[in-house]
Amino acid sequence: MIEIHGFSFSYAGTQSPALHAIDLEVPQGQLCAIVGPNGAGKSTLCYALSGFVPHFYRGTLEGEILVAGRSVAHTPLSDLAGEVGLVFQNPFNQITGARFTVLEEVAFGLENLGVPRADILDRANEALRLTGLGELGDRSPYALSGGQLQRLAIASMLAMRPRLLVLDEPTSQLDPAGTEALFTHLSHLASSGSVTVVLTEHKLEWVASFADRTVVLSGGRIVADGRPREVLASPTIETLGIRPTRYTQAARAAAAGGLTPGGAGRALPVTLDQAAEFLRWT
Amino acid sequence: MDVKVKGVTFRYPSGVLALSEVSLTIRAGETVALVGENGAGKTTLARHLNGLLQPESGEVWIGDWDTRQKSVASLSRRVGYVFQNPDDQLFARTVWDEVAFGPRNLGGTPQSVDSDVRSALARCGLHEAADRHPYDLPAAERKFVAIATTLAMQTPVVILDEPTTGLDAEGVRRLGDLVEGLKKEARTVLTITHDLDFGADHFERVVVMSRGRIRGDGPAREILRESTLLEEAHLRPPQLISLALALGLPTSPMTVPEFVADYGQYVARGRSAR
Repeated sequence: MIEIHGFSFSYAGTQSPALHAIDLEVPQGQLCAIVGPNGAGKSTLCYALSGFVPHFYRGTLEGEILVAGRSVAHTPLSDLAGEVGLVFQNPFNQITGARFTVLEEVAFGLENLGVPRADILDRANEALRLTGLGELGDRSPYALSGGQLQRLAIASMLAMRPRLLVLDEPTSQLDPAGTEALFTHLSHLASSGSVTVVLTEHKLEWVASFADRTVVLSGGRIVADGRPREVLASPTIETLGIRPTRYTQAARAAAAGGLTPGGAGRALPVTLDQAAEFLRWT
Repeated sequence: MDVKVKGVTFRYPSGVLALSEVSLTIRAGETVALVGENGAGKTTLARHLNGLLQPESGEVWIGDWDTRQKSVASLSRRVGYVFQNPDDQLFARTVWDEVAFGPRNLGGTPQSVDSDVRSALARCGLHEAADRHPYDLPAAERKFVAIATTLAMQTPVVILDEPTTGLDAEGVRRLGDLVEGLKKEARTVLTITHDLDFGADHFERVVVMSRGRIRGDGPAREILRESTLLEEAHLRPPQLISLALALGLPTSPMTVPEFVADYGQYVARGRSAR
């Protein structure tokens, strides 16, 4: 679904590249999480996948990104809109301000895609239900809390049903129940095979629970790529400014103290379930 | 400085009832994490403390000031508020001017403004960014600029609305250090957060809100173990307490060493039973 070949990008007026020589292939139906410290290039990668780089954010680029076989750099944003959906890190940047209610806001993108009117209401209501906003359809977007606004930004993109869904820190303002519901839904979408999901995230326990794959960015480069548990329990991620989950830290400390069952060399846990299994004596 | 919220009810003009007879007393120097589901009313409550919102009924007192009798500008001398989204509060052309805006408007002398700004920038790790435009900085750094603007005001009450949003591990550590510094100065700190690990690390008391009401209030170590209460507010206990609960440990470890000590006792008990 995604093919990135030797892609580098520097924003106009900056000296150092935000992304440097990125090579990455993401097959259709994969839920791929991008993690890394602030300034690693995660948001730039999201913009590059969705065409905002280079069509909106100008700069110098090398290499190529293909989404569903089309070159992002050579395809107008309007043509990409039906194929790729981007949920911005800051929901305030996403809300159009052109509609009076939450339901109309979600319908806005569908109207612009020329979706038949009869389908718009169904798709918008479904997206609101999936994001826990089912009862707030009549409310003004500006009467929502920060977390509810983030849910609205996500709902707007889910309703568009893009083949590639790119989400930049989509859970930063969500409560844990909302975070779990979103990851569950994204996982279902990806496992259905019809949608490919790329998201950036700081909450590693959710990444480890739901992602098929974790890519670590640091300084604009890919420095690790693999199964979430392998990558996120690795001691090397701490040197990259990524803090392991408390589950990993607790299990590592308990193992170092000789307290844990099983022999040496067991894979450290990242999630609650993995940690309980790692530490439980039967 | 004490903060007292007495029976506050608030309804937005749209008709949404956001707070329903909320009462809360925060003692001077206390650190409190206000937690709850999206839309619980946390930010609405916090905005009553600096006068951005006024109660439909009930009262809010900051020390001996009734917020209904004071302007937002006056209240800014006592309550500093770091917004959830830093872009809501940054407007100057340089970081320095941004941080100096508050002290200047409080009538500080050039020397005191200079001192307050330098101190706030240093505490937030922004001393090298003083001449930069705030919007040339990454979002995470803008968050620290917003915090610096509040610190420079030297207010006895500091409110941090979702401060960990968008911060990486290093950013959360820097933020934690700032909170610890405020504690040493006996400032009253209220944070709104979904990050209960951050709450467990730095806040002594947790208040749980849900649907416009306070559902739980007590020492962090006790409240953060009440998984049913937290679940009703769409929350989960912090990771170490979740793990303790999953293993059947009767304790509420707040740090990794505490967890390892509790777990060691669990292992020893199991060994002696075998």
